[in-house]
Amino acid sequence: MRVMAQMSMVMNLDKCIGCHTCSVTCKQAWTNRTGTEYVWFNNVETRPGQGYPRTYEDQEKWEGGWTLTKRGRLRLKAGGRIKNLATIFSSPKLPSIEDYYEPWTYDYETLTNAPLQEHSPVARPMSLITGKDMNITWSANWDDDLGGSELLAADPILAKVSDKVKLAYEQTFMFYLPRICEHCLNPSCAASCPSGAIYKRAEDGIVLVDQDKCRGWRKCVTGCPYKKIYFNHKTGKAEKCTFCFPRIEVGLPTVCAETCVGRLRYIGLVLYDADKVLEAATVTDPKDLLESQRGVFLDPFDPTVMREAERAGIPRDWVDAAQRSPIWALISTFKVALPLHPEYRTMPMVWYIPPLSPVVDVVQETGEDAEEAGNLFAAIDTLRIPVEYLAELFTAGDTEPVTGVLKKLAAMRSYMRDINMGRPGDPSIPAAVGMTTGEMDAMFRLLAIAKYDERYVIPPAHAEQAHNLEELATECSLDYDGGPGMGGSGPFGEGSGAGTPLAVENFRVLKDRQTSDTTAGAGTGPATRVNMLNWDGRGTPPGLFPGRDGPPAEPRTESAPDGQDTP
Amino acid sequence: MTTTLDIVLWVVVPYVCLAIFITGHAWRYRYDKFGWTTRSSQLYESKLLRWGSPLFHFGILAVFAGHVMGLGIPKSWTDAVGLSESVYHAMAVSVGLLAGLATVVGMSLLIYRRRTNGAVFGATTRMDKTMYLVLGVVIFFGLWNTIGSGVLNLYDHYDYREGVSVWFRGIFTFQLHPELMAEAPFPFQAHGMAAMLLFALWPFTRLVHVFSAPLFYLWRPYVVYRAKSERFGARAPRRGWEKSEKTRR
Repeated sequence: MRVMAQMSMVMNLDKCIGCHTCSVTCKQAWTNRTGTEYVWFNNVETRPGQGYPRTYEDQEKWEGGWTLTKRGRLRLKAGGRIKNLATIFSSPKLPSIEDYYEPWTYDYETLTNAPLQEHSPVARPMSLITGKDMNITWSANWDDDLGGSELLAADPILAKVSDKVKLAYEQTFMFYLPRICEHCLNPSCAASCPSGAIYKRAEDGIVLVDQDKCRGWRKCVTGCPYKKIYFNHKTGKAEKCTFCFPRIEVGLPTVCAETCVGRLRYIGLVLYDADKVLEAATVTDPKDLLESQRGVFLDPFDPTVMREAERAGIPRDWVDAAQRSPIWALISTFKVALPLHPEYRTMPMVWYIPPLSPVVDVVQETGEDAEEAGNLFAAIDTLRIPVEYLAELFTAGDTEPVTGVLKKLAAMRSYMRDINMGRPGDPSIPAAVGMTTGEMDAMFRLLAIAKYDERYVIPPAHAEQAHNLEELATECSLDYDGGPGMGGSGPFGEGSGAGTPLAVENFRVLKDRQTSDTTAGAGTGPATRVNMLNWDGRGTPPGLFPGRDGPPAEPRTESAPDGQDTP
Repeated sequence: MTTTLDIVLWVVVPYVCLAIFITGHAWRYRYDKFGWTTRSSQLYESKLLRWGSPLFHFGILAVFAGHVMGLGIPKSWTDAVGLSESVYHAMAVSVGLLAGLATVVGMSLLIYRRRTNGAVFGATTRMDKTMYLVLGVVIFFGLWNTIGSGVLNLYDHYDYREGVSVWFRGIFTFQLHPELMAEAPFPFQAHGMAAMLLFALWPFTRLVHVFSAPLFYLWRPYVVYRAKSERFGARAPRRGWEKSEKTRR
């Protein structure tokens, strides 16, 4: 047994209203740069729909993820190592910018400098790729809310559900599917990367791209079946969802989770046995993948697991957090969360609670009582189409687990109604789905009440390691390559050499401002550059306009001692 | 009789270019790992790239292998294993022509694509254009040498293996023969000089991606794990509270 910890997420799809707040805040935090205009680390898809990029789920077309060879071994679907290298000069299955969309801005300048005229001037759309005028034809969520239902035919999942039921299905329901990187246990993007730049963090399992090691071979884009690795077309490097690791390291939830209006996201740890991952991903029948992945997770209350976790160097407070983890509860205790496309065999670690609300809606439309357990159970059994569709998403087509989850949610709804109406809870309802009333209460608390600290159980990265974290400087703040007293900026002028740690720069600038009796940045040397982010607006210190070739001009007043006496 | 010009052209310039090549790469790797990439434009356009890029790259790899043989292996060695001059010549010319042709066709396709596709052209830097020009000149004279000297025999049976090759190896063994290059036909001189210029440009262009050829991929484990303590620039944790049972992280 080799215990490892994985930071993971569960999303409760019943609560998603498709508002895209997660996408927007994520974009503001991570991808509001040139080269990443089309990059959505987090996106929300309407289901049924084509997804983003279009039809990404059709792995016969895009060849993402893993597949089994005839001899029952795991192999990248796009081909083995040799084929991967042989096709390096032109990646055969790379989505083009048209499969995403051509990003654009508007010619806002026209609005301000157009001459006086009869009609209002118009800001025309301009391509951010070519800089030319363009027609907007597609975007990341063009088919939102089933906009343009003729597009639905291209949904690869809908194609698997038989033709006859399509129309009926379209009239039945839709739901939203927010997606981030799955931070898989068996990531095919990392396996596809020729440079070895994509790695899984040993502490918390977050999958990251080392920007200094990435050489832009773009094989990871093909390798990821969820198409959650994006190619930055300006820097020529791959970028992906970071699970907001700087926030997670200090115990804060990801930006998408923090800003989620519906509070539908849960974040927590799962302990798993790294030795069993490959075996679990190699089971023959794709329908067994859900169960085999559940089998990889380790019970954090099991004394053997706790002992092995300690032996593997997992801190005690992390094991505690794994015991309190909402993810463990939703996946393994209540078994209501399901993985997205387990058939890709990447062992994804962002799981979903399938939505019951469409079923409820249908029952409601018939005029029947939509909160009565018997009605709901019957509807789940007869509404074959939604269940089949959900099964194609979450269980490789096996309807039984989906039905099981939906019935649990229906039972909870029905059981809690009695209690909310002041009636005693009917224990036969939880019993019908194999649960006790106590378990039902606990599940209700986690799904419906879901307070902040119950949704997010995130143990901070460990204190002994704090000096390795980007945001915390616990050691001498001058102690970095080329730091103050070591010659200032690099040998090739301003900005060359290694970057200054964020915390150091802030610390120095703040200290300078707080202790100086002149305007900040009035000293000499490259360290006295004025940081525009916290410049106080007083005077015009020389550091505001540093010379082209060297330190700024002599200050007009004597500066406070800088740096030399810093502890 | 070697003139000062010969010495400058065929001794000083090569050493300067090679020095720039080596220190340039060291500098670039040290200070610009983030910029070290293929700068692929496949996201913008892939129909032409699908043909052009493999043609060019496999062609140029074959050309490189040919140069290793032609420049690196002394004539006496191939004589010693009994490879006759005519057989060697036929082999070199046929393979060289094929590889050269693939390279030229591929490169033409790629340049056409770069010029006609707005998105790709927009992503082309001045350094790219300079590099394409020099690379084009090198390839042009290289192919001309194969055709003009190897096939049409315009240069009086000039044997580069007794001229250019000896000079080239001499640069690395410090046995300098500028006179051999001074005597060589003009296209060979031009090819050599343009190549030296290309070497000097190399570290400052996208060509650096040649040195990231990911052959290690064939052996490494599929999934890479990294612990924080191994991170670049981080230091090992200080000795502090220790567990009673020593464990490895």
